[in-house]
Amino acid sequence: MSKARISPLRSGFVHLALAGYTVIALFPVVLTIINSLKDKNAIFRTPLALPTAETFSLIGYATVLKQGDFIGYFQNSLIVTVVSIFFALLFGAMAAFALSEYRFRGNTLMGLYLAIGIMIPIRLGTVAILQGMVAAGLVNTLTALILVYTAQGLPLAIFILSEFMRTVSDDLKNAGRIDGLSEYAIFFRLVLPLVRPAMATVAVFTMIPIWNDLWFPLILAPGEATKTVTLGSQVFIGQFVTNWNAVLAALSLAIFPVLILYVIFSRQLIRGITAGAVK
Amino acid sequence: MQISARPRRWHILVFLLPAFIVYSAVMILPLVETLRLSMFNTVDGHSTFVGFANFQVLFGNERWAADFWRALKNNFVFFAIHMLVQNPLGIALAAMLSIPKLRLAAFYRTAIFLPTILSFVIVGFIWKLILSPIWGITPFFMDIVGLKAFFAPWLGKPGSALITVSLISVWQNVGIPMMLIYAALLNIPDEVIEAAECDGITGWSQFWKIKLPLILPAIGMVSILTFVGNFNAFDLIYTVQGALAGPDGATDILGTLLYRTFFGFQLQLGDRSMGATIATVMFLIILAGVSLYLFGIQRRVRRYQF
Repeated sequence: MSKARISPLRSGFVHLALAGYTVIALFPVVLTIINSLKDKNAIFRTPLALPTAETFSLIGYATVLKQGDFIGYFQNSLIVTVVSIFFALLFGAMAAFALSEYRFRGNTLMGLYLAIGIMIPIRLGTVAILQGMVAAGLVNTLTALILVYTAQGLPLAIFILSEFMRTVSDDLKNAGRIDGLSEYAIFFRLVLPLVRPAMATVAVFTMIPIWNDLWFPLILAPGEATKTVTLGSQVFIGQFVTNWNAVLAALSLAIFPVLILYVIFSRQLIRGITAGAVK
Repeated sequence: MQISARPRRWHILVFLLPAFIVYSAVMILPLVETLRLSMFNTVDGHSTFVGFANFQVLFGNERWAADFWRALKNNFVFFAIHMLVQNPLGIALAAMLSIPKLRLAAFYRTAIFLPTILSFVIVGFIWKLILSPIWGITPFFMDIVGLKAFFAPWLGKPGSALITVSLISVWQNVGIPMMLIYAALLNIPDEVIEAAECDGITGWSQFWKIKLPLILPAIGMVSILTFVGNFNAFDLIYTVQGALAGPDGATDILGTLLYRTFFGFQLQLGDRSMGATIATVMFLIILAGVSLYLFGIQRRVRRYQF
């Protein structure tokens, strides 16, 4: 594979442009984090400087942890995200297996029906979703959010997983059948372990919009006990607009977990996007 | 799901049922019910079928129409800015990242995608702080390049608020077109590029004449994702400008209008029927866009099989 090398001048320009945009992408985040670690004077006087021994202060974090129940918000977000992803993956994989493995009447129709949700956002049904949750007595419970996010995650999970399940070898499954495995055992013991990488990709994709959503927590579960971290920081920051230390600390607290997960999973995520787009 | 005359294959039903039930009960039925509710309104305390009267009110009544048409217009401006800034920028970044053997490419890619995974709430507040005249970060930087005189509290001015919010959204979401186009570019086989090089087509003309036509399907997909995302947007504007989408409604789009109408805000009472009506209009707009893409664009774009 010999490619025409690009000239050093052109590659210099390319690096300049990419590095320039990288700065634009990272600067606001870095600015928020470094200023969350400074005292109030330093935030305004030297906003671009790193915290030094004199200007270092954790007063913002102290305010946030005292005033808002951030630990509780984290817990709620974590429960909602993990449980929704679990069900979306389990039910999604089961449906994907049925659609890709068996030929039955209505297979294509069912596949199309389950794919509607990829393009049509679930938010448009909010009026009736709220009505249904009120009727079921689920308003201000995490269950309401889990149900909504499971339904939201299903279409894409089914779509991606059934693509992958088509690649699992038929010989393997038939060997299992000859050995007397039930269809359930074939799914849970043979197929699921083989599509684990695809499940991880789907999990990462599904996780981001759930963790970041503001709309449904605001409408279905705005109570103090069920606030997610996104809604919690939205409300908290709204109340503390003038306390810059607290606002910056709250923002940083909301950024950290996402940042840590991103550093760990960015390869997986990026590989998932690039592999998905190939289809 | 009628299963043939052979022994009934119950396992198919067992595999499909959980997903089918949750998806139908929480997504499809509420959607259908919302569409149905848009044809009803409360008359004398009873829910009554009113046909298209709600739509007539929304499009023509003086109390509703002005808000609705403004939100619709703003939503189109919001979408246009994404198409004109976000997607070309995403394509340019992807084109540079896909240069073979570029050093640091993985680092650039990871860094530029970072804002995309942050929540709208975080992004909204960070930019509100940065653009705030009180903190003075933006005027400081504009001073360095000698443009301080042009600084204004953009988010607070009706003339510039919508553009500013749209650009914040572009900053956050540019990672999506970048990644999808990047994947499409990587997918072009080396032989095609080598053949072009043998014919002396390199650099810019190679991008315009060889690569761009090959990534058109990906650009189509990015456009429809942008369209659906924009006509369903809410979080960023709610965070930055509040439910009233100020100043003076200058940043009001369909998502914020739906929220205020359905849920009520301050003195305004929530109105379920009108909320359903707005949601139905949004549904029809998105459906029209998706259909146009599926039947008009996606079929006509020439795909090259490698």
